[in-house]
Amino acid sequence: MTVELRARVPAGPLERQWDTHRFEMKLMNPANKRKFDIIVVGSGLAGASAAASLAELGYQVACFCFQDSPRRAHSIAAQGGINAAKNYQNDGDSIWRLFYDTVKGGDFRAREANVYRLAQISVNIIDQCVAQGVPFAREYGGLLANRSFGGAQVSRTFYARGQTGQQLLLGAYQALSRQIGLGQVKMYPRTEMLDLVVIDGKARGIVVRDLVTGKIRSHAAHAVVLATGGYANAYFLSTNAKGCNVTATWRAHKRGALFANPCFTQIHPTCIPAAGEFQSKLTLMSESLRNDGRIWVPRQPGDRRAPNAIPDAERDYFLERLYPSFGNLVPRDVASRRAKELCDAGHSVVPGGQGVYLDFRDAIQRVGRHTIAERYGNLFEMYERITGEDPFTVPMRIYPAPHYTMGGLWVDYNLMSTLEGLHVIGEANFSDHGANRLGASALMQGLADGYFILPSTIGDYLGQAKLAPVDAGHPAFRAVEQEVHDRTTKLLAIDGTRSVDAFHRELGALLWDRCGMSRNRAGLVEAIGGIQRLRERFWAEVFVGGRGEDLNQALEKAGRVADFLEFAELMCVDALHREESCGGHFREEHVTAEGEAARDDARFSYVAAWEWTGAGNAPVLHQEPLSFQHVHLAQRSYK
Amino acid sequence: MMTLILHVWRQAGPGAAGRFERYEVQRVSADISFLEMLDGLNETLSARKEEPIAFDHDCREGICGSCGMVINGRPHGPNPATTACQLHMRAFRDGDEIWIEPWRAKAFPVLKDLVVDRGAFDRIMQAGGFITARAGSAPEANAVLVPKRDAERAMDAAGCIGCGACVAACPNASATLFVAAKVAHLGVLPQGQPERYTRVLSMVDVMDAAGFGACTNHGECMAACPKEISLDFIAQLNRDLIRATVAPPREGGAWSGAA
Repeated sequence: MTVELRARVPAGPLERQWDTHRFEMKLMNPANKRKFDIIVVGSGLAGASAAASLAELGYQVACFCFQDSPRRAHSIAAQGGINAAKNYQNDGDSIWRLFYDTVKGGDFRAREANVYRLAQISVNIIDQCVAQGVPFAREYGGLLANRSFGGAQVSRTFYARGQTGQQLLLGAYQALSRQIGLGQVKMYPRTEMLDLVVIDGKARGIVVRDLVTGKIRSHAAHAVVLATGGYANAYFLSTNAKGCNVTATWRAHKRGALFANPCFTQIHPTCIPAAGEFQSKLTLMSESLRNDGRIWVPRQPGDRRAPNAIPDAERDYFLERLYPSFGNLVPRDVASRRAKELCDAGHSVVPGGQGVYLDFRDAIQRVGRHTIAERYGNLFEMYERITGEDPFTVPMRIYPAPHYTMGGLWVDYNLMSTLEGLHVIGEANFSDHGANRLGASALMQGLADGYFILPSTIGDYLGQAKLAPVDAGHPAFRAVEQEVHDRTTKLLAIDGTRSVDAFHRELGALLWDRCGMSRNRAGLVEAIGGIQRLRERFWAEVFVGGRGEDLNQALEKAGRVADFLEFAELMCVDALHREESCGGHFREEHVTAEGEAARDDARFSYVAAWEWTGAGNAPVLHQEPLSFQHVHLAQRSYK
Repeated sequence: MMTLILHVWRQAGPGAAGRFERYEVQRVSADISFLEMLDGLNETLSARKEEPIAFDHDCREGICGSCGMVINGRPHGPNPATTACQLHMRAFRDGDEIWIEPWRAKAFPVLKDLVVDRGAFDRIMQAGGFITARAGSAPEANAVLVPKRDAERAMDAAGCIGCGACVAACPNASATLFVAAKVAHLGVLPQGQPERYTRVLSMVDVMDAAGFGACTNHGECMAACPKEISLDFIAQLNRDLIRATVAPPREGGAWSGAA
């Protein structure tokens, strides 16, 4: 296969590119839109907003989610907020500054044109959500409130208590529900995409499994949109929901879509530490807590005194010490790595050796308990529910956990992958966050893609693609259905002795150790071998149980873990090849004299897009060079 | 470490007869969640090549609304304002017997074991649980002011996670609290006024047709709600419903302020 990475960035000045592009794209007659079927897989912020918006335009949409309702997609769990360059606070924000911060925060590994467009659209998103009835926080005068978030020095984050993702998702879900009610969207809940169908080089449909009956079915369309989220559950323990998986994007990858920057994963600094061997997931404590909480460890390694018994002089507020100007608000990757360093040096405040304090004592003294309760009340309750400790009186204990993945399927400016007709939006694509995502930017990107970008760009594709009529009876669908069926049968037939979760835990521990917060050559080489061996054992020893034609949650998990076992190897291959430290990818061999990440722009200022070349073959690297015309390339400094 | 006796509802499929199955679980730590305790039991069942217990769950942090089971007669178990996924085993004592059942309501048929079909909630939402606002058509966000008090009240109602505990707790299996939360969330905001009365009529119609019972003010729903959605919203629903039924305001009538 020859692959050409054409980013299709429009010519002209940065500020005009999106406008120019919208003018140059083919428009489609409204009467013709209803002749086009579009499949949207996933119903989170990106998927629900895209499905609703496409339906509003007149397309026939089929939307799929594995949960029992589209309202349950994991966007719902996002706590902190959504960025927009409204400059309501008059504190110097602008589209240009949001653009600049996002490129810099991403450690210069994102495409300038995409990021600029994202910053432009950010203001429309807030308008849209308010019109839908999203109950954002307000000032007493009735205007929208903002806060500063995750390393930004302006207050550009909009929020709905600590449940911003929930409210934005419900807004999109409600818009989607309206279209379902009108018959413009056919919704398929409890339905999981298990493969992509490509005909004449174009994505033309998907094969799914009905998770209630177990029936395997095909759905044909003129275009397929993947909005299936990220792959942080490769680590087993992450802040993602249990069902989050890489299957849709991995299957699409094996059908020809290139996978970009899989090693760019984000470890979130403020999560509740793991409590024991039965831990099934990790719970995030919103990063907004870092606005008022101070992170510290005891100066003395192994100090076992209760936190409140340790006087200030014997505490190390290490982020404030290392980064006087940003303090506790340094970007996520920096905060996470510093916490790990101190824990590795024996300063941990939990028995397992992985925890630091996040302390609200000073903020409570400064602004009062009432104000802190108003800002973070539900987060404090959640913390107490899980740990049994009250953060008003005892500092929280936190530790970094896998949270978000910047890598994803490669897409061009139109959000189309290297496979024609396959569009990828939200966390599932690689696009706008480079090597590290800033706080409150995921919600922004998902909704920018779904409400505004994809609905414009997909028409350009459909208007020009010259698609032959295809239905689910086409032989290509029969063939893929058979493959899916065979795979299910094979998983059930192994009838081994080890549970799916046992394999997933082992994979997760390996990845966390070797391809987590810090990485090195020897560890990655070892991890690749380890993953290959684990995969072989999985296919020989796993026990799934039950039947294929039934609601079978172990079978669902088995399919997802089988894909993680393939995908994880690509993560490590990518991490091994990228001989630099940038953003969430920290290679121990590449550090500055001060111990910060050392980028290598001369050699690695590109998007690494990997091509699948068959089982057992090495993936082939393709490069999309990144050039920075508007943002000055600099080593990030938060001193 | 605790040893517990579980009685879990097992049902092979929608039409099949169900029964309680007894399991003994050992060495349960007080620090794990209720669902992690069930994970452990499922691992044991798998090791014996028995079929694991099916139950819905996803985010495991109390926000997606997927999980839901009646634990010792109470939806989501004994702790107030806590979903089953956030219930931790420190709520139980060594030797406790725990009865675990699915939501029981005509409108929520059992699919398997503890998994029920809550599609009726989605259908109610599709009937009117929205504000019509096409992407791209919105005015500048600060053009319409929303008093802080109203925004807070809207948010109180909008915190509903759609888990269905209210239905499971209600002796009539009524969905009134679920509907009221959405009617109040949208009806208190200026953006929600144009469709305020058509919304309440459409949603209540679909709710009734789905097989949910009527509200007779028991208040069990609020007690069971993991998000503490207030019964006050039912009062607001009833006011809006009466107004929509007996004295429908003119189309596009002026906003009359919060409830």
